[in-house]
Amino acid sequence: MKVLSRIGFWLLVIAIGLFALFPFYYAIVSSFRSGAELFSVAYLPERFDLSNYAAVFDRQPFGRNILNSIIVAGAVVAVSLGLGITAAYAFGRIAFRGRALLLMTILAVSMFPQVAVLSGMFELIHSLGLYNTLPGLILANLMLTLPFTIWVLTTFMRELPKEIEEAAFVDGATPWIVVRRVFLPLMAPAAVTTGLLAFIVSWNEFLFALTFTLTNERRTVPPAIALMTGSTAYELPWGTIMAASVIVTLPIIALVLVFQRKIVAGLTAGAVKG
Amino acid sequence: MPRLIASLGLAAGILASTSAWAVEISISCSALGKEYEICKQGVDAWAKRTGNTVKIVSTPNSATERLALYQQLLAAGASDIDVFQIDVVWTGILADHLMDLTAKGQADIDDHLPAMVETSRVNGKLMAMPWFADAGLLYYRQDLLDKYKRPVPQTWADLTETARMIQDGERKDGRGDFWGYVWQGRAYEGLTTNALEWVASFGGGAIVDDKGEITIENPKATEALKAAAGWVGTITPEGVLNYTEEESRGVFQAGNAAFMRNWPYAWALAQGADSTIKGKVGIAPLPKGGADGRHAGTLGGQLLAVSKYSKNADAATDLVLYLTSQQEQKRRAVEGSFNPTIVALYSDADIARANPFIGDLVDVFTNAVARPATVTGQNYNKVSTEFFNAVHQVLSKRAEPAQALNRLDRDLKRIKRDGWK
Amino acid sequence: MTSAVAQGDVPVPRRVRGRRSSLTRSRVRAAWLFIAPSLIILALIAGWPLARTIWFSFTDADLNNLSDYEFIGFENYLANYDGEWLGLLTDPDWWRSVWNTVWFTLVSVSIETVLGIVVALILNAAFPGRGLMRAIILIPWAIPTVVSARMWNWMLHDQFGVINDMLLRLGLIAAPITWTANPDTALWTVVMVDVWKTTPFMALLILAALQMLPGDIYEAARVDGVHPVRVFFRVTLPLIRPALIVAIVFRALDALRVFDLIYVLTANSRDTMSMSVYARQQLVDFQEVGLGSAASTLIFLIIALLVVITLAAGRVRLGEDPR
Repeated sequence: MKVLSRIGFWLLVIAIGLFALFPFYYAIVSSFRSGAELFSVAYLPERFDLSNYAAVFDRQPFGRNILNSIIVAGAVVAVSLGLGITAAYAFGRIAFRGRALLLMTILAVSMFPQVAVLSGMFELIHSLGLYNTLPGLILANLMLTLPFTIWVLTTFMRELPKEIEEAAFVDGATPWIVVRRVFLPLMAPAAVTTGLLAFIVSWNEFLFALTFTLTNERRTVPPAIALMTGSTAYELPWGTIMAASVIVTLPIIALVLVFQRKIVAGLTAGAVKG
Repeated sequence: MPRLIASLGLAAGILASTSAWAVEISISCSALGKEYEICKQGVDAWAKRTGNTVKIVSTPNSATERLALYQQLLAAGASDIDVFQIDVVWTGILADHLMDLTAKGQADIDDHLPAMVETSRVNGKLMAMPWFADAGLLYYRQDLLDKYKRPVPQTWADLTETARMIQDGERKDGRGDFWGYVWQGRAYEGLTTNALEWVASFGGGAIVDDKGEITIENPKATEALKAAAGWVGTITPEGVLNYTEEESRGVFQAGNAAFMRNWPYAWALAQGADSTIKGKVGIAPLPKGGADGRHAGTLGGQLLAVSKYSKNADAATDLVLYLTSQQEQKRRAVEGSFNPTIVALYSDADIARANPFIGDLVDVFTNAVARPATVTGQNYNKVSTEFFNAVHQVLSKRAEPAQALNRLDRDLKRIKRDGWK
Repeated sequence: MTSAVAQGDVPVPRRVRGRRSSLTRSRVRAAWLFIAPSLIILALIAGWPLARTIWFSFTDADLNNLSDYEFIGFENYLANYDGEWLGLLTDPDWWRSVWNTVWFTLVSVSIETVLGIVVALILNAAFPGRGLMRAIILIPWAIPTVVSARMWNWMLHDQFGVINDMLLRLGLIAAPITWTANPDTALWTVVMVDVWKTTPFMALLILAALQMLPGDIYEAARVDGVHPVRVFFRVTLPLIRPALIVAIVFRALDALRVFDLIYVLTANSRDTMSMSVYARQQLVDFQEVGLGSAASTLIFLIIALLVVITLAAGRVRLGEDPR
């Protein structure tokens, strides 16, 4: 029985892993192929041809695009988490009038389709003089990540036992110190998770990035990939696009591998207080 | 980095050497690859001649996304792009934001293909200059036609018969995934171009005529749609209902189809070094509807227009005139096999030597059928969307041709209401 | 810990308030101070575009000339011209897109929730290679949608797509399936790709909730010999419920606004058009800013309604105090 359930567990792990990984694997295989080969099916790479990878960096400032993406996503995460944790403390731990209404208002920001706010946002960014700059993009992306960050962190904040901060308050600590000293460590798993999700949202954002930047040097990765073309108007350089996708997914994998230890660390921290 | 310093140095040098009149013009021509190179050489030559600098802005490859970006910029009155490369069907949509080029462009305009000139005009005013032309073509496999001893089809009935014959024969030889004819059937602008070719070749008009009358509900158009719907599932895979240009080229270039409808771009790729069908491909005008029909390829291509919000409109206009001039179009035809819009160039010896197939296309372009973009103006996208959705319904066998066209007629009349804007 | 806690914004009894008032007041002040920056930023970046959209929905604005428009009341929504009813509310395409979107959201979010819980439980268990598995799980979410949607389009191609090839080789199907071209399978295909893409989002949020749970509960349950399935439904699920609801709400918000996935996979086809695709078509392709804004405003109202229902059904109290 125990053996059986172990086997079942591993089969499940493998099935989920395959489902998640196969398209990425296929992208890797495709990135080594070119021309008419791409119009046929191959399960294993026939040869190790890096020309598509060279083409990615050769034809556009792709290194610069990756750097832009990192700057934008990094700043968006830092601001979202910074504002999110303090706001979540207020929403989750302090009773004040109008709290529910405010939370709903913040959520309402996420209820408009992105294309509907695009034109107003464009005017805003343009009038602030932030068109074709990274700060403009950072500001725009906050609209996508901030409501989500505040809500998730508030939920987690509320779940923590009430006694946690009382001792600190009795000692005369200010709310700011309580947030920093008491809640920040306890919130680590939630903060890392939320931060990671927000990072990816910003990393993948396409519509704002396409509309609010103009020159190749200012573009982030998604529009840069979407703007890759073949030598003529209709041709899609499939191999190059796949190579670029593989390249931009690697930093995310690295990020997860680094931070997943933090997620585990949070587990023990959270478990201490029962 | 060294390149950046070099170009900065160059820019500084130019600024110092020429007068204070030197300005920077930004142009949105195609993003990457060969098209970018050719465009870059052209604008650099102009920059060198005039002492100005030119910045190339890359815009999305997909036509709908590119149009959306242009509209966003222009609606906000942004001066970030001076010269726009626009599709032939966008002139009417963008006209309010474009400079009237009539005064400066009128002199040379009669040298261009009349159909292309037509697409550049709005209410008699010249709002853009033709840059290069495109039209739907029939690609066929010469080796297979030889093998089955068939001529290049002249009518759609010929094509259907030949395609079925080759398909049956090839499948009997064990190639189970071989198909007769592939084209673009996705619910997008490309389906409008395909379906317009069928309708026009049967003599069924161009959806809306020159005077703005809606003409699509007619027996010829019904016949054309009936023929096309008959291909799906027989000589054409059902998946074509979600194919764009590249998906159909994929099937054809992998050697799995006898015929394909596509733009001229596919020629160079099909004859490329890594192509499985290199040397086995031919191009011809698309078939006629019947004995009394005509060859009709939908006109495509690109124009150059100047933004009304440009801060350097004179220099920008000069750049447009330079890029669309005979000399520059010739260079583009020789080096990049872009089809010129200037008629005289189709008998040019240098072009014929470099790209023999361009000469064959002159008939295709002069007979090309234009989409009703000029006459419907701002409403073109609505008309096109109603049209391709109606056709898509017929192709996926959820509506009878006559019934679908009847409904389309009603919907188009509602859009028109008191005349096209 | 539980009985004395006031629920919601119910006023605290006067006696208690008197004793704590200075502390409470300073905490409330701190609360506003903490919230202010977020509110200011959101008001700045979202306030204007949102207000503008709602305003435009009552006008006949045109993308071609945004400064010249007239106020026309509710005509974009419903109007009567010569006895013929026109406007968004009478457009069958709009209602079709509403239905498509709601169906898509219900199916995909349900699948993603169940699958997300399963994946989270697996990732929460200790097994060798867990760190790697966490990274693998996140890959679908990490590939930009514009790219992954095109990638799927290529893989789902009826002639040279790898999915059909695989199913054919395994003998699961007899002939290639036209995934995205056939109206009967197109929406299911979109659901499948969406599940692939966003299950990691659910899984990661649920995982975070699982890891915030105190470990001694499980210890107690294990000592008592309670069956793990029972533990899950009786202990784990109620404890992670708030986080789960929030994850579902945000997932549903995204699903109800789904755009790029459908747009890349099936373009403007009416069979699979979502509300956002409809709004975009009006706003951008047809340049009808008024009508498109009206559609966007209706999307907002529909989503708000559904969110309120979800929150009520999930018994989430926004004004609730910490446990």
